[in-house]
Amino acid sequence: MATRAKKRRSAKPKRLTKKDLNAMYRNMLRIRRFEEKTDEFFMAGRVKGAVHVSIGQEACSVGVCTALNDEDAILTTHRGHGHSIAKGTRMPEMMAELLGKSTGLCKARGGSMHIADISKGHYGAHSIVGANMPMATGMGLAYQLEGSGRVAVVFFGDGASNQGSFHESMNLCAIWKLPVIFFCENNHYAVSYHVERSTSVKDISVRAQGYNAPGVTVDGMDVVAVYEATAEAVRRAREGGGPSLIEAKTYRFFGHSRGDPQFGPYRTKEEVDEWRKRDPLTIAADMLKLTEAQKKAHLKAVDKELNGAIDFAEGSPEATLESALEDVYA
Amino acid sequence: MREITFVEALTEAHHEEMERDERVIVMGEDVELAYVFGVTKGLAEKFGRDRVRDTPISELGIVGAGVGAAMAGYRPIVEIMFMDFIMLAMDPLINQAAKLRYMLGGQLSVPLVVRTPGGGGVQYGPTHSQCLEAWFMQIPGIKVAAPSDPADAKGLMCSAIRDDNPVLVVEHKMLYKMKGPVPEGEHVTPFGQAAVKREGGDITLIGVGYQVHNCLAAADELGKEGISAEVVDPRTLAPLDTGTLAESVRKTNRCIIVEEGHLRSGVGSEISAAVQEEAFDYLDAPIGRVAALDAPIPFEPRLEDFVLPNTANVVDAAKKALGVTV
Ligand SMILES: Cc1ncc(C[n+]2csc(CCOP(=O)(O)OP(=O)(O)O)c2C)c(N)n1
Ligand SMILES: [Mg+2]
Repeated sequence: MATRAKKRRSAKPKRLTKKDLNAMYRNMLRIRRFEEKTDEFFMAGRVKGAVHVSIGQEACSVGVCTALNDEDAILTTHRGHGHSIAKGTRMPEMMAELLGKSTGLCKARGGSMHIADISKGHYGAHSIVGANMPMATGMGLAYQLEGSGRVAVVFFGDGASNQGSFHESMNLCAIWKLPVIFFCENNHYAVSYHVERSTSVKDISVRAQGYNAPGVTVDGMDVVAVYEATAEAVRRAREGGGPSLIEAKTYRFFGHSRGDPQFGPYRTKEEVDEWRKRDPLTIAADMLKLTEAQKKAHLKAVDKELNGAIDFAEGSPEATLESALEDVYA
Repeated sequence: MREITFVEALTEAHHEEMERDERVIVMGEDVELAYVFGVTKGLAEKFGRDRVRDTPISELGIVGAGVGAAMAGYRPIVEIMFMDFIMLAMDPLINQAAKLRYMLGGQLSVPLVVRTPGGGGVQYGPTHSQCLEAWFMQIPGIKVAAPSDPADAKGLMCSAIRDDNPVLVVEHKMLYKMKGPVPEGEHVTPFGQAAVKREGGDITLIGVGYQVHNCLAAADELGKEGISAEVVDPRTLAPLDTGTLAESVRKTNRCIIVEEGHLRSGVGSEISAAVQEEAFDYLDAPIGRVAALDAPIPFEPRLEDFVLPNTANVVDAAKKALGVTV
């Protein structure tokens, strides 16, 4: 273990090649299409319960997870499909979970808000706002104790940064120098509540100063900027430098959840349109100078995978009633 | 057999289990010096401050961190200085620890122990004296242990640490200094097995935690009047060994349940329902319940004594069930 940690220590964050960027674009498109499908299924009544899609925030998911190894952990939120896909979560089993099938990742007990794939280092979506940060702290503690060089990344929103759990966790991680990265997706709203009304600071990243940890604000629509900030935080965490706070300024193009409209009482169409001009997929495609034909090829491959996942989910058996009583205790 | 105190028995359990399994870690406020009730004495010196660490006053943060460390394969024991403070950590305990295994389709388990001193009798007032076991025994996915003597303290603590589920261990403050026989070496008490602490034929007194001692004292009193009381201790409230409780009642035909939590929707409400379901035809009197009165626990000693259950309350309830005039 110790030698492994040492070896990692010298590992510099790698510079992105064109191939990497292409893969990142592909991953963002996988998320976009998955979310569009999820929304469609939800509107058609096929996906039940609460669903929060992350359309507009794909660069955050992909930028972060590109900087992680398979063994690193993520913990996410109610808006976690994008993070899940970016971390390598098996898409067929994820779709099966949304459709409530027995083959779902959580055996149809968790649903959209609790997707997890431990085999891929995805330690769960946690739907109690802010609950995942203390857990990430504990996972970071475990990684430090075992000396494995693994890191835990916790995703959370601007709204969650006002929970006590954020502040307790930042302090714990800072005093113990735990390998935990706090990644705040500031999409400017907690449901209908604008961040300027909810939050005492303009940049949430400055809150890191209160815990003697580095804090940076990045453009959350730029997948490369997100990657670079995360890679730096990961390097620091692996070297024993402790936690970092990254704030990504981003925007959700859709409503908060369910049938919440894209604009309405709390935000204008103009505001949404303005942000849509900075679509993370467009920005990445421009960076890559993708031709229409190349974009089409990406889309075709993504839809093939997505349709395969849907076929798997649709062809899976319903969860049995008895299974609702299983796994209560180990 | 050698006799040690309840605290020493708990400390011994920690030492042995930490020796046995290096994934067992301890965190809490002032645990390195074992500064408050002394349970974690000597652990930091022996196992180092990586495995035994003081934490800031952040109950939500540290119980949540315990859940996370358990998710990552460790077996954390988190001390909450007083049971009353567990309110600040209800989310990680109830929404996370108790549900994660289920909610994630069995992909992981959460082998977390939260141990905490509960109960009154020490004049700490309303926010440092509560027995809240009833809240937790209602939640699927978490286990609850309430030992009443040093042997069970050690045995149940060892079981709790080895359990792959989240376990809450409630240690009544009045028990900490109590001495009793504890077997040397490995001593593991399985969960879900009630213990008959004294045999008798006329009435069953079911006691929870420290209240087992009020039951034993009441049994002494009743004995002087020729009444033979059996005292049964469920030891764990979740899982609850209703079989042993009902078996005793089928023998004695009468039952009093004694707890230190509040009467309304208390531990006794649940035990009473279970006993009548399993032994209805054998009951010769309504099941009686003795509990803290339905008020917060006041600080002033006379008032505190008045609100908390005592031996006389148990004797009176028993006589009522037996139709003896008090
Ligand atoms: C403890 C808690 N309080 C309230 C909610 C209801 N709720 C769900 S999402 C949400 C808004 C969260 O905002 P933010 O953290 O910014 O994340 P976003 O939805 O923007 O991704 C609220 C209030 C909850 N799930 N948990
Ligand atoms: Mg938000």
